[in-house]
Amino acid sequence: MGEAKFDNPTEALLARHSAPRKGSDWAEATRHAARERTLGMGAAGRRDEYWRYTNPTALNAAEAPDVEIMQLEEVPVFDGVEKLLVTFVDGVYAPEQSDDLSGEGLEISTLEEALSADIHWASDVFGVLEGNGQSPVKRPFAALNTALAGQGVVIRATGKVSKPVALRYCRENTTSDAVLHHVVRVESGADLNILENGAGASRLNTVMEVDVAKGGTFHHLRAQGRDHARLAATAIFARLGAESHFKSFTLTVNGVLTRNEVVIDINGDDTKASVAGACLGDGDFLHDDTIFITHDAVNCESRQVFKKVLKNGATGVFQGKILVQPDAQKTDGYQISQGLLLDDDSNFLAKPELEIYADDVACSHGSTCGAVDENSLFYLMSRGVPRAEAQNMMIIAFLDEAIQEIEDEVLADDIRARLSGWAERHKT
Amino acid sequence: MFEIKNLKASLEDEDKQILKGMDLKINPGEVHAIMGPNGSGKSTMSYVAAGKSGYVVDEGEVLLDGADLLDMEPDERAAAGLFLAFQYPVEIPGVGNMTFLRTAVNSQRKMRGEEELNAAQFLKIVRAKAKSLKIDADMLKRPVNVGFSGGEKKRNEILQMAMLEPKMCILDETDSGLDVDAMKLVSEGVNALRDGKRSFLVITHYQRLLDHIKPDVVHIMADGKIIKSGGPELALEVENNGYADLLNEVA
Repeated sequence: MGEAKFDNPTEALLARHSAPRKGSDWAEATRHAARERTLGMGAAGRRDEYWRYTNPTALNAAEAPDVEIMQLEEVPVFDGVEKLLVTFVDGVYAPEQSDDLSGEGLEISTLEEALSADIHWASDVFGVLEGNGQSPVKRPFAALNTALAGQGVVIRATGKVSKPVALRYCRENTTSDAVLHHVVRVESGADLNILENGAGASRLNTVMEVDVAKGGTFHHLRAQGRDHARLAATAIFARLGAESHFKSFTLTVNGVLTRNEVVIDINGDDTKASVAGACLGDGDFLHDDTIFITHDAVNCESRQVFKKVLKNGATGVFQGKILVQPDAQKTDGYQISQGLLLDDDSNFLAKPELEIYADDVACSHGSTCGAVDENSLFYLMSRGVPRAEAQNMMIIAFLDEAIQEIEDEVLADDIRARLSGWAERHKT
Repeated sequence: MFEIKNLKASLEDEDKQILKGMDLKINPGEVHAIMGPNGSGKSTMSYVAAGKSGYVVDEGEVLLDGADLLDMEPDERAAAGLFLAFQYPVEIPGVGNMTFLRTAVNSQRKMRGEEELNAAQFLKIVRAKAKSLKIDADMLKRPVNVGFSGGEKKRNEILQMAMLEPKMCILDETDSGLDVDAMKLVSEGVNALRDGKRSFLVITHYQRLLDHIKPDVVHIMADGKIIKSGGPELALEVENNGYADLLNEVA
């Protein structure tokens, strides 16, 4: 690394990516504002309350690490599902490896295309939800993303979208440093599924802004690839209108550093939101889920279900917050985070936070951390199941509450199969 | 043949010996019962035989057809033909009852070098056996023992036993928590498995169970040893007079 030639470490961050293709005036104004935001908030550091458990040094570094590309023999995740495939290679849209950008019940284009339009519905979402999500907690990598991203998709669901949109992130370059920004609008009564699959880059920064109108449904399922040394900082910002449904599930196996942030604003009544994740880490692995759900409407339900299986010194982090505003009566908030430690070297660090200003709410939260239950293990073994297999059954069972948050049974079973595969490869 | 020879075992954490030289021999096809006051070591004996952690064997052997079970992992003991019906079957959320049963059956077959059952073969067998124990499809689908009543848990134990076809079955207070009808159902399940070769050791506090599962031999256990053995009349004597006289006889 060369000498730092910037007064502010965020200037270095902003300078490490080449400028995206210039968009129309509104888009450039948004990017400029994001740039100012980034400079204003400074880089993430260990002294920040929300970076105490996760060291952002590798995410802040000038260069992305050199990461071996994992060659997989297995069938890719979501392979059997009929889908509208959009491929990015090292963070760049690859039309020749993608389907035509069209489909029943939706409008879809690249970010580049949408941002160059003179007027576009995306101007009400792009950088707006991310900007709203910067208070009260700063999210510097997301602001950086809005300022620099030139690649991504922009999707507007206008009806029942027949096939899920599958975003596939491939790698060809071992040192790629990618920034992807997706903008999604689900119109009133529309229904959209988005799948994401792959590590995508040596260092990947993604932002997905999701604006769901009254009565809309948005389901998101993500598998973050299996490349061991890759880094990822992701953020989802959702704004949920009345009677809408939002679900997001993330599967993470491997990866030295993953920070997944989800920021949800529930601002319409009778809305349901669920964020869940299952992660499996063996060895040099840190996985961080940082969730912030704000209830600002009546009779809404939110769920956070996170399960982490950790071994050989792997670390799991969960920072989950439920904020219930004074007018958000009849809120039903649920939060559970659990770590299953397969040895004494692994760590699970959890910080559940509840901030409640309404008086008629039900919020339950729990966080546990422990080893595989010996009684259950003995019970399985006493029936003839060998120890390693019994332990894997317990691992899959432990993760299942998170998997159950996935609406689609076929996709849920695909995720279960991936988890079993990992457990089998890493069995002790 | 199942044999326990001079078995002495202690709790790992407490340096306290529970089994103090236990001897027992069960021939193929026989049903033996063990009765005894609380704390006499009945359950400990079943756990030590099955290989639960937390116990240290100080001396002795547990043999099944000549092979020393104490040298084996719990899963190997199961494959060798031992089955323990738990007093408190464990609830395992997230593991489907069917998946568990099939994994268990096929793990044992694999260990014994037999061909594994495919899904269709397995389903056919399990359905037939479940039906006779009044275990419905819903119970088979649910996670292992989760939300099962006391009676359902015990019936599920017997179903596992029926599927695994062990040589030697230890039933640890299988009658505890059962009403009269459930006890009858469970006993019928056990009796259906008596084939002249399979052996049973029934641990119980109550003679009533032995009306349904008729033992060849009844043993009285106290302070970590068998203190008296006899025919079914011994169980009646305990039912009527308690253990005091028997304990005095030995003392």
